[in-house]
Amino acid sequence: MSSHQMERPITIVISALGGQGGGVLTNWLVTLAEQCDYFAQSTSVPGVAQRTGATIYYLEIFPKSSVVDKTIPPVMALMPTAGDVDLVVAAELMEAGRAVQRQFVTPDKTTLITSSHRVYAISEKMAMGDGIGDSETVMRAAHEAAKNFIAFDMEKLAGEMSCVISSILFGAIAASGTLPFSRENFKDAIRAEGKMVEVNLRGFDAGFRAAENATDKIPLNEVSNITATLITGQANSPEAEALIKRINALPGTAREFSYAGAQKLLDYQDLDYADEYLGLLEGFAAEDKAPFDITRELARYLALWMAFDDTIKVADIKTRTERVEKYRAEVKAAEGQIVHMVEFMHPRIEEITGTMPRIMANMVKKSSLLTWFFKKFTGPRLLDTTKISSFLMLYFIASLKPIRRKTERFHQEFIHITKWLDHVSGVMTQDYDLAVEIIRCQRLIKGYGETHERGLSNFTRIMSVIDPGNVKAHRVAEFRVAALADEAGKTLENELNKSRS
Amino acid sequence: MAERSFAKEVKKLRLGAGEVFHGEGILAITKGLLQSGVAYVGGYQGSPVSHLMDVLADSQEILSELGVHFEANGSEANAAAMLSASISYPLRAAVTWKSTVGTNVASDALSNLASAGVIGGTVIIIGEDYGEGASIMQERSHAFAMKSQIWLINPRPNLPNMVDMLEKTFQLSEASNTPVFFQMRIRACHLHGQFIAKDNIKPKFTLRDALDNPNREADKIILPPFTFLHEKQKQELRWPAAVKFITEHNLNEIIDDPKNDPENDIGIILEGGLYNVVIRSLQMLGLATSMGESKIPLYVMNVTYPLVDSELIKFAKDKKAVLMVEEGQPNYIEQSLNKIFNDAKLTCKISGKDLLPAFGEYSGQVTKDGIKGFIAKYNPALLDQDEQKASVASLSAGAISASELDTAIPARPPGLCTGCPERPFFAALKMLEKDYGEIHISADIGCNSFGTLPPFQIGNTIMGYGLGAASSSAFSSVKGKRAISIMGDGGFWHNGLTSGIASAVFNNSDNVFIIVDNGYAAATGGQYIPSSAKTLKEDERKARIQDAVQGVGVKWVRTIDSYAISDVKTLVQEAMTTDFLGPKIIVVEGECMLNRQRREKPVIARNIKAGNREIKQRFYVESETCSGDHACIRLSGCPSLTIKPNPDILREDPVAYVDNSCVGCGVCGENVHSAVLCPSFSRADLIFNPTAWDRFKYSLRQTVITALQRRRDRTRAKVML
Repeated sequence: MSSHQMERPITIVISALGGQGGGVLTNWLVTLAEQCDYFAQSTSVPGVAQRTGATIYYLEIFPKSSVVDKTIPPVMALMPTAGDVDLVVAAELMEAGRAVQRQFVTPDKTTLITSSHRVYAISEKMAMGDGIGDSETVMRAAHEAAKNFIAFDMEKLAGEMSCVISSILFGAIAASGTLPFSRENFKDAIRAEGKMVEVNLRGFDAGFRAAENATDKIPLNEVSNITATLITGQANSPEAEALIKRINALPGTAREFSYAGAQKLLDYQDLDYADEYLGLLEGFAAEDKAPFDITRELARYLALWMAFDDTIKVADIKTRTERVEKYRAEVKAAEGQIVHMVEFMHPRIEEITGTMPRIMANMVKKSSLLTWFFKKFTGPRLLDTTKISSFLMLYFIASLKPIRRKTERFHQEFIHITKWLDHVSGVMTQDYDLAVEIIRCQRLIKGYGETHERGLSNFTRIMSVIDPGNVKAHRVAEFRVAALADEAGKTLENELNKSRS
Repeated sequence: MAERSFAKEVKKLRLGAGEVFHGEGILAITKGLLQSGVAYVGGYQGSPVSHLMDVLADSQEILSELGVHFEANGSEANAAAMLSASISYPLRAAVTWKSTVGTNVASDALSNLASAGVIGGTVIIIGEDYGEGASIMQERSHAFAMKSQIWLINPRPNLPNMVDMLEKTFQLSEASNTPVFFQMRIRACHLHGQFIAKDNIKPKFTLRDALDNPNREADKIILPPFTFLHEKQKQELRWPAAVKFITEHNLNEIIDDPKNDPENDIGIILEGGLYNVVIRSLQMLGLATSMGESKIPLYVMNVTYPLVDSELIKFAKDKKAVLMVEEGQPNYIEQSLNKIFNDAKLTCKISGKDLLPAFGEYSGQVTKDGIKGFIAKYNPALLDQDEQKASVASLSAGAISASELDTAIPARPPGLCTGCPERPFFAALKMLEKDYGEIHISADIGCNSFGTLPPFQIGNTIMGYGLGAASSSAFSSVKGKRAISIMGDGGFWHNGLTSGIASAVFNNSDNVFIIVDNGYAAATGGQYIPSSAKTLKEDERKARIQDAVQGVGVKWVRTIDSYAISDVKTLVQEAMTTDFLGPKIIVVEGECMLNRQRREKPVIARNIKAGNREIKQRFYVESETCSGDHACIRLSGCPSLTIKPNPDILREDPVAYVDNSCVGCGVCGENVHSAVLCPSFSRADLIFNPTAWDRFKYSLRQTVITALQRRRDRTRAKVML
């Protein structure tokens, strides 16, 4: 022990969310220190269970060998001070970020151990689009602020080891060498606490090993960089081969999306539909110029629009073999266990007429008797797809695929799609960036029922103010953000008014 | 059953003289009470002293062995009134609550208690909910001590000192015939440490003794002329007696510079609770050691009210300046120091909130900066290092700015738990507001307070525990659109029945009152209240909310299951629009999910193990059909309903996802149906230990279904890209 450490206790901050076992981890550390002849003091500002988000635990430990009278402990602080923390342990990435924000992590002394996984906050979850916080910035800031930095996905590892995240963290603490105790001392602390010893020791060892490999590295998700490589595909017919060739003839940056788009549309409808999609795309590509943003963005958004969410698509997805497999894995069903899959459906008359051929749909719309009849099939219902009757109903709807092109919904969607594409071609020669932004506005149209109506209405309102020369591309991007700001559309209205005036 | 059980830890309360007690601050305080010969205890739960109530509730056996009565008081006012037993009898008593809110509620009884005075040691343990982690408005309990003349102990936060001070507090109370506040901050309550125990003591005078020999003293009644006598006694007898006791027993401590350097002509006066942070600050400046030896003399006030003038004068007499470290505002002590020093004609300068922050928690950083500023002003020669500043300065070279980091990190406000029965109720209200228009809603204290936060944001005001109903009184006679009051069952029994409902009946209020009955005082950790039932069997309830409101004259009462979202919405709409004039009460029932899970989970696990048929339900979201709009989350906020990156490379918005913590409460499904959300939600019914009939049906169905699925798979596989 250096004289510096004798003067000062070792200070530890633990930040954990409800259910992550921060209290257990704190107890282990106290036991560990006391068993190794250290004074230990811990305290916390607890959220009660999940109710108040993160709980911050604070510990100080101090060697008994450094004091004259071993019955008199030193004065230990009850809360961490910025710039005075030796070890910060976070069970979730943004909580590590918060510790960095509060300057508990400093380059001259702090070892930061954090799980890289995310537990999303309500603001991130409730956003109408993508509200997820910026993990990369937090990760880089944490790496920069810490003297030693250990981060890996402990949630995943805990799942693999069937243990709690606290034991993984405890292992990582041991591996970091920040505390003057041996690996065996750590394990003794787990044994002394006596709860689920075997599981916790397993987690401890896994955490120890993972931390050894994770030191001073930033674990970032692989960013899918758009590459211009050629698509190989897995075509099994000459017609399909031909489509792959056409995709490879498109500008390089558009290939990945157009391949995904063609696959999506083949799955959604048939090869002809994918062919139609590529045809439209090729039309735009011919007029496009480097860096071919229009073709790339259109490859994405045209595919999404053409694969609009209709009842046939929903029914098809819910009756597939691979769906059952995925479903059972996610709900953790045991091999062979009986699992009922009860779907929550709420068809409205629009969904029913939308699935009908146009002529029939118009008849129903005009006849109050037919409307009354078909309304009987609307409203909330539960469909257990493991029961034959419910399964058959959905299976039948999925089998309507061949008549999809004749349905009322298909007709309606193509009116909008055509208008949108015309708009893009009209604008692209005058203001390239604006055309790209018009394409991207398709993102607003998604979902079903009210969500779909709201999205389409926002889209239409934005399109109505677009006027090359007067409205710049960046404004359209701002409109899009505004459209996703509130359900009532007030923010978008304000933004649009600014442009109108 | 409370959220946290101390059943195992309370065994530590039996430790005898010389044994080492290891444990949490709150448990240490309980041990201190037993070592002091307390005769009765009580209080009302609330952070940070909820666990003290839980510990007491879990120690019934030990308490009854010692002849100590424990009362789970209905409110802080009840607890304070209970202390009246110590006015005329030498009974030692302790109660506890969250302050300042609990002290506000108790203050009527406290004033009268302090006026009459006590002969049995009377201690009120207040959990001062101030600073980081606090859940209430930021005020000081100090004002109550001053106005009622109740002494205020603010002990140095370490276990041996807290336990020792608690024992002395009883003695101080008896020596001065005055009740005493014993103040504990959040972290001190949760402090893990150790101390040498003493034997528990049975009360010398018992509650039985009191009832067998009632003692009636006319001059202890708070009516004139005795109240004038009490005021005189406070000033002329009790105050001097307290000062004498504090001085003689050295309750406040002077820590002098061990080297007694004559150059060292400054000092720091501090509240006991801030001792550790002050020592750490001095340590960072190289002016103190880990063992608490300080180059700057300290006067540590373990008693922050009353002040001991003679000690303060003695401490400051030869000093150029002192720094008063006093947390919160106003700066009562600093103001008093000015008066005391002025009267004593001292030349010593007083610093305090000029150098330290005027408000807010005194964390390590701000305390150190304040102390540093003080030394720099009056004795800069002492300053030669600042380890903390150097450490933080090493951060400044970072490439990522603080504001970038602020933008990247989302706030994490509190919310309702997974499966909470209040969630569907708030979802119903949110849907109703969409159809019916916005409504003025008075909210209350409790788990239901979280309804005012995202994603619901329902509620215009919160005025206090059980005051939700009373908060809408101004609107009670307005015709047309009605106001809604929300109140939890905890608040209802705390005072809402009388302050809100009875008053609404009396005033012919036309408002709508919604009482959320989750069966417990849930926000404070699931303590029982009068309408709780141990197994939620009707006949075991002690009282029913519906009976109570009818008893005070309410004619329109409806009860509804909170999870029936559409029905809740319809019922509230009916209450809003009915022609019935008068208060309309809706009791929304749904048991606290934490408590329910705690009760049911082990039973289900046992059943499954024993081979009995069980069904577990949980929800599932189809990534492919999820629109990424998250309307479902805006109607829920359930921790288990979260998001994940979109598995489709073409789609950008994250999709909803139900994680493994889902308890299958059904809210997701109800919301999908009531608000017409997307068809992505599915409920998985997992069957454990199926019967032969289950298996037969299932295999028959699977045969047909799988055959059809295979057929379609083959068709699909014909064309691949």
